[in-house]
Amino acid sequence: MENIEKRNQLWAFIVTGALILISLLYYSSNIYYIYLIVYIWFGVAYGMMLQYGRFCMASASRDLFAAGVPRMAVGVLIALIFFSLVSVVLAATNMSTFHAGPLGTHELIGGIIFGVGMVLAGGCASGSLYKIGEGNGTSILSIMGISFGQAIFVDVGGIFNKLLPQSWIDAAQATTWVPKDKITSWFDHYFLGNIVFKKNIILSDTGAFSGMSGDIARNFFANSLINTIIPTIMVLFAIYYFFMRKGHLKRVKKALKKEGKEQKTGLGDELRGMWNMITASERTTLMGVLIGITAGIHILAMKGMQNKFGISNFGELLARMGHHEDLSTMGKIFDPGYWYITTQEAQFAGWIMDKVGWDVKDDVFFGVMNGLPELWRNPALWMSVGIIFGAMIMSLLNKEFKWKLPKGELIVWGLGGGLLMGVGARVALGCNIGAFFIRVAGGDPGGWLFGIGMVIGGYGGVRFFNWWTDRKMAKEMEAF
Amino acid sequence: MAMKFEKIGDGKYMLDVCGYVCPHPQIYTKKSLEKIDEGDILELVFDNPSSGETIIQMIDQGGHDLLEKKEEGGKLIYIIEKG
Repeated sequence: MENIEKRNQLWAFIVTGALILISLLYYSSNIYYIYLIVYIWFGVAYGMMLQYGRFCMASASRDLFAAGVPRMAVGVLIALIFFSLVSVVLAATNMSTFHAGPLGTHELIGGIIFGVGMVLAGGCASGSLYKIGEGNGTSILSIMGISFGQAIFVDVGGIFNKLLPQSWIDAAQATTWVPKDKITSWFDHYFLGNIVFKKNIILSDTGAFSGMSGDIARNFFANSLINTIIPTIMVLFAIYYFFMRKGHLKRVKKALKKEGKEQKTGLGDELRGMWNMITASERTTLMGVLIGITAGIHILAMKGMQNKFGISNFGELLARMGHHEDLSTMGKIFDPGYWYITTQEAQFAGWIMDKVGWDVKDDVFFGVMNGLPELWRNPALWMSVGIIFGAMIMSLLNKEFKWKLPKGELIVWGLGGGLLMGVGARVALGCNIGAFFIRVAGGDPGGWLFGIGMVIGGYGGVRFFNWWTDRKMAKEMEAF
Repeated sequence: MAMKFEKIGDGKYMLDVCGYVCPHPQIYTKKSLEKIDEGDILELVFDNPSSGETIIQMIDQGGHDLLEKKEEGGKLIYIIEKG
């Protein structure tokens, strides 16, 4: 047992050492790569916290509906509150990289597809990454599904274009800021003919709050209090009321009866019940707080470097280093400036497809907007790699690392769920992090639409798994 | 790959979901606890650490008792008494 512990510790040090070495190699090759190195180490921090807190948004709705356990839903909501508070300061001091997304029903629809997928796959986008770090082979398949699902989905055209309204096709083809030869796929017409016309809203910038004096006060009141904290507390109350209250009050009355007291409960018991729910899983709640704060500091670090180098996108630094072939026609690559998953995974798959001869740069997603950098020059992809290795370090130190190859039905669930997550993420233009977590805390009400969709989809996925596992349990119990 | 649910003694059952990842271990545990009687013992064997936190809270909320929690050769074993 001691040998295993020592071997795990040794591997944890080897992984950490390799990441330090990679960072030093990048730094020695060009100072501009410090930008990429920061992404790596924030990825490592996210990975360690996600693994320690078992922090996976798939389990927020799934464990609630499947097992009546609210720990992850509570953890996500706590992280949201803390992240929104840090975001207020960043936005008010012009140190934020946040940008709102188009507001529309596509977020709800994308969220539903994504929600079904994350339950089938056994993890959300970031959850699947951290579980790879635990040695979980099913999560590798689910990330492959997310990656190739997106890359194929954004590039296929032909017959799929006929599924769209003609008005979208016409509007997309009338676009003047995009080269005509790049408007080819289903996604190009969906995006240019429909999504770009939708409003991007940050609550503090709307007319309702324009009269408020003071940037911090306006940002706090609109983005944090109205858009994040109040809805979050309402959801916490709803979870307590529907999932926890009955059991909690039953336990309180039982204790009162035992003490020979009157079995009457009051507001104090309800508040204690809420508090018990929040603190039931200390490690999840604690990580919720830390992840929320870290996500805010990450934005500050990225904005600080953008200011230092006088850029708004890492593509500008790649251009200075002469890597023009990595860039989109807009001279950019995907560089969110904060915690984000999925687009870089699409680039990973797109890179492979490109190398085997599939022209993926003839579309808007890769060709015009996000570029297709070499994998080793893709900063957001390094963040994903950091998440995997951060989780691996933590799981090795906690003796929880174990290679588990996917077998049987798990291959189907992993790949299928991943594909659905990939499609959902492209329909909504983001995943549980980029389309929900970051957007809600940044004051974009559209984030809630994705969140609601994700919960609806999660419920559907749980219903399916309940049916599936009932069948298997019935077979196992035939004998007795 | 298959899950195993077996009667291993009088009022004692064993659920083996090794190899399974989220959400299968927690769903099978919940269903197994629903099938057995109050006071019966369930020996749960799994190897997906991410499921552990949820299962512990599920046991607590359901009024069951986690009698023992151990780790053997990369497998997690929870001995649960249904409450």
